[in-house]
Amino acid sequence: MSLIAKGILQGMAVTAKNFIQSYYKKERLPTVEYPEEKSTVNQFTRNIPFLVYDGEDEIEGMRCTACKLCEKACPPQCIYIIKDTDENDKPIKRPKVFDIDSSVCMSCQLCVEVCPFESIRMDSEFELSNENRFEGLLINRDELLKSNEYYHEIHPIEAQETDDRIAAKIAEAETKKKAREEKARLAAEAKQAAAAMKAAEEAAAETETSATEQAQQSEAKAEAPEDNPETKNT
Amino acid sequence: MNNFIDYKLIELGQWTVGLFNDYPVVQILVHLLLATLPLTLVFMGAFGFSTWLERKGLARIQNRLGPNRVGIFGLLQPLADGIKMLLKEDIVPDRSDKLFHFLAPVMLMVPAFIAVGFLPLGDGLMALPMDSAILFFFAVGSLNTIAVFMAGWSSRNKYSLLGGMRAVAQMISYEIPLVLSAVAVIMFSGSLNAQEIVASQQIQSWLASGNLVKEFFGQILGWHIFKPWGFAGFIFFFVAALAEANRSPFDLPEADSEIIAGHLTEYSGFKYAIFFMAEYISAFAIAGIATTLFLGGWSGPVIAGLPWFIIKMFSLFAVMIWIRGTLPRLRVDQLMGYAWKFLLPLAILNIFVAGFYYFAEQQFGSLAAFIGGWVIGFGILQTAAKGLSRLNKSPTLDGKRVYQLVE
Ligand code: SF4
Ligand code: SF4
Repeated sequence: MSLIAKGILQGMAVTAKNFIQSYYKKERLPTVEYPEEKSTVNQFTRNIPFLVYDGEDEIEGMRCTACKLCEKACPPQCIYIIKDTDENDKPIKRPKVFDIDSSVCMSCQLCVEVCPFESIRMDSEFELSNENRFEGLLINRDELLKSNEYYHEIHPIEAQETDDRIAAKIAEAETKKKAREEKARLAAEAKQAAAAMKAAEEAAAETETSATEQAQQSEAKAEAPEDNPETKNT
Repeated sequence: MNNFIDYKLIELGQWTVGLFNDYPVVQILVHLLLATLPLTLVFMGAFGFSTWLERKGLARIQNRLGPNRVGIFGLLQPLADGIKMLLKEDIVPDRSDKLFHFLAPVMLMVPAFIAVGFLPLGDGLMALPMDSAILFFFAVGSLNTIAVFMAGWSSRNKYSLLGGMRAVAQMISYEIPLVLSAVAVIMFSGSLNAQEIVASQQIQSWLASGNLVKEFFGQILGWHIFKPWGFAGFIFFFVAALAEANRSPFDLPEADSEIIAGHLTEYSGFKYAIFFMAEYISAFAIAGIATTLFLGGWSGPVIAGLPWFIIKMFSLFAVMIWIRGTLPRLRVDQLMGYAWKFLLPLAILNIFVAGFYYFAEQQFGSLAAFIGGWVIGFGILQTAAKGLSRLNKSPTLDGKRVYQLVE
């Protein structure tokens, strides 16, 4: 009995403590009264994807190349992309239509993982309610496009990492390009030298070409298929 | 005298009745209305307020805010809920017993309001003044068992039926310790009249002395809860009252995690609201009678009368809410075992302790009886409680549990 009574009194003390402290201790009353106050968003909040663009112009700075990898990766298939075309009806690397159905998106971030161009990123916007439950919930390209500065604002660490990665990529491309140019230059030089040498050699060796060597080569070619019968079947 | 509020109210009533001296028939009607209407309205208002109180209190216990949108501090929430309940469709199960399905909420509400009529709200403020008020209160109060079982049976739903059966078992079991712990008080004050029971808890000689300090404490120190048997009796009474009023941790008839809502499962709309109202009003009534029996009723310093009664009644109700926010629900067998194997023997023992205390007071004076009573009487009760709990201990709780692995 005394054990039970003690347990009951201890329990009552706990609830009384919670009751009383909820009036003056913040951690005992963590409720945020939403429409009046908003403090729930921090830089680790992720809700729905958006498209990043660099610089001033939305269309020019768009990072997305309409590669449609995110469209394929999205598990509930809520991304819809149509490639843009230029005046001559040739497809160009930019989406004309980029829709995300916010009523379907499950905030899984797979599209972010898959994008090779650091274009699609998660937003922390959570007030997505709308009066029209069909078109209103379909977010189109122009609404999705948000500047890199905005990205820095909401997810500073991640945005910085992304920027660094892009810079590294560009730098790498630069060095590669330089290396390629160097190589090309060397190759061209070598070619020139070789051509000069060849011209000299050719003039000397033209007379030495024998008919017997040519015959041996053609024999070897005829034997090769018999060694490997499988190649025929395949 | 300091209970002037009661006298003013009575005067007002008499004046109103006096207006109709020339029409005797109308006078009777007015008299009836004056006795019943304010009580009904006040307790309905109290019901609304207490739902708000309960929701707020539970919310704070759980570190939430509780209702705070309708009106200031959400005080109009009960009104909004009432309107919502009124507008809801009243669904009656197709194959239920329609008549009894309809009658059950009524059956529950009528005794609840009658029981409230027996509460001595103030000095002379009693809707149904009666010499055997306490007895009648318990008689009427036990009617709600029938109503709950009616609801459970007529719904034609297994959960309802289970709830009804639990309710019958629980209410009948707990009625006995409830009444037996009240018997001690009745014995001590020698009356079934609620007003006299209240009067027996005031130290009359101190009240008449004219000394302000003595008057102040004369209104408090006589309460039965300060006597050993009264303290124990109050605890027994309160526990049994929780079970009688279907309050947590004895809310088995409507255990929502086990049997959906028990006897309420098939009720909707306003009938559901009526069930709730009846339950709250029964809880009020039983808190009120606990106040009358053990906490000195309307007696209290400075503003004796109606205010003190309401303060005490609401405090008891607040404790009920507090308990609801703390304790988990009992199992059915624990519930029955607790009533029959623990509360009942102790309540009977308590009657004997009260008897001895009564004679000790006459023999050795009240101070000696008070000290001796707390040492001896309470000691006896505590020893008995210890022994009973040892007897009732289930073997599995002794030492370690042994689990057998399935090969
Ligand atoms: S957002 Fe990324 S993955 Fe999706 S289409 Fe554009 S570039 Fe490709
Ligand atoms: S977050 Fe997930 S569900 Fe939403 S668009 Fe991206 S891949 Fe699709």
